[in-house]
Amino acid sequence: MNYFKLIKNGIVNQNPVFVQVMSLCPLLAVTTSAVNAITMGLATTAVLICACFAISAVRKVIPSEIRIVVSVIIVAGFVTILQLVMEAYLPPAINESLGIFIPLIVVNCILFARIESFASKNKPFASAVDALGMGLGFTLGLFVIGVIREFFGSGAVFGIELISDTNSHMVIMVLAPGAFFTLGALIMIIHSIRRRRGGVGV
Amino acid sequence: MNLFLILIGAALINNYVLVQFLGMCPYFGVSKKSETALGMGVAVMFVMVVASTMTHLFHQHILVRFEIEYLQTIVFILIIASIVQFLEVFMKKNFPALYAMLGVYLPLITTNCVIFAVTIINVNNEYTLIEAIIESLGAGLGFTLAIVLLAGIREKYNNNPDIPEAFEGLPMALFAAGLMSIAFMGFQGII
Repeated sequence: MNYFKLIKNGIVNQNPVFVQVMSLCPLLAVTTSAVNAITMGLATTAVLICACFAISAVRKVIPSEIRIVVSVIIVAGFVTILQLVMEAYLPPAINESLGIFIPLIVVNCILFARIESFASKNKPFASAVDALGMGLGFTLGLFVIGVIREFFGSGAVFGIELISDTNSHMVIMVLAPGAFFTLGALIMIIHSIRRRRGGVGV
Repeated sequence: MNLFLILIGAALINNYVLVQFLGMCPYFGVSKKSETALGMGVAVMFVMVVASTMTHLFHQHILVRFEIEYLQTIVFILIIASIVQFLEVFMKKNFPALYAMLGVYLPLITTNCVIFAVTIINVNNEYTLIEAIIESLGAGLGFTLAIVLLAGIREKYNNNPDIPEAFEGLPMALFAAGLMSIAFMGFQGII
C-alpha cells in the first residue's frame, strides 16, 4: 500500500469537491470566508480520520446487515466529541458561523462514501491515511471557494483587507447566491479542462 | 400570528434550500423531472413533520429530563433512521398507493441533512411542540417549492443546443439555483 499515492488520490485524482462533487451543503454554506472554510474542512477531516480508523478496526466483528447502523453510531459519537471540543476551545464567533453544520457532519456524504468504499475493506492505518487524503482534498475545495468568495465579496483574505473601497465589493458573493455561482463557475472550468484532455465531464 | 410567521419564515424567508443550503444532494440529484421532484418534496415534507414531532417529544421527555442533552446528535440520527425504516414498512402495508408514489424516495431521505437540520433547529430555538411541527411543515413546503421550481427550469433548458458544452449538467443547475436564490432574497423584505 503506497500511502503517498493514497493521499494524492484524495487531494487530486478523486478530489471530493471538484471531481466527485459531494457534500454540497457545507461546501456552499460555510465558505463565506477562508477561515470558516478551513475550520470546517479540518473538523470534517478529524471526524473522517477517527471514524474510518475505528470502523476499519472493527470491520471483521460487525455482521454486514448492521454495518451501516454501526457506522452511523460511531460517526455520531465522534461528531459529538468534536462538537464539545470545539465549543470548549474555539472562539465563539467561529462556532457561531459554522453553527448547525458541525452536527451535520454526521450526514456528510464523503464520510459514508469512504467508509463504504474503503474503510470497510482495508486495514485501519491505510483507512486513516485514505481519510486524511480525502479530508485534505475537501479542505482544499472549501478553501478555494472560501478565498474566492471572501475576496470578491468583502475585499479581504483571511480577514486582512486588500480592497478598502467598499463600492467595489460584490456583496452578493458572500450572500447565498454567490456560493452557487462560484461553485458553478469552478466546476465549469474543471469540466472544460477535463474535456480538453479527452476525459469525461463531471 | 406567531405560528404563521414561523411557517412563512421557514418556507420563504429562510428557505432551507436556497438560503440555508440544506438538502443539496436531493436538490440537484432528483430535480431533472418535475414529477419526481414533486414526489421527493412531498416525501421529505412528510418525514420531516413526523421526525420533528418524535425528536421533539424525545428531547423534552427523555434527554432534558435525565440531563443528557449532549447525546442529541446520536439520538436524533437514530430516531430519524428508524422512522424512515418504520414508515417504509407501515406505508407498504397500509397505504400501498402512497407507498408506490413515495416509496422509492424514502431510503434516500435517511441521509438527507435537511431533516436532521430541522430537528436541531427546533431544539436550538426552544420551540414548543406545535411550533416545531409548523416549522417542519414550512421547511418541507419550502423544500418542495424550491425543488419543483428548479425541476421546471431544468426541463425548460434541457437538450437546448445553445448551451455550451462546459455548462452542461451541474454547472447550469448551479447557476439556475443561484438566480432562484436571488429571487428568494426578495422575500426577506416581507416581515
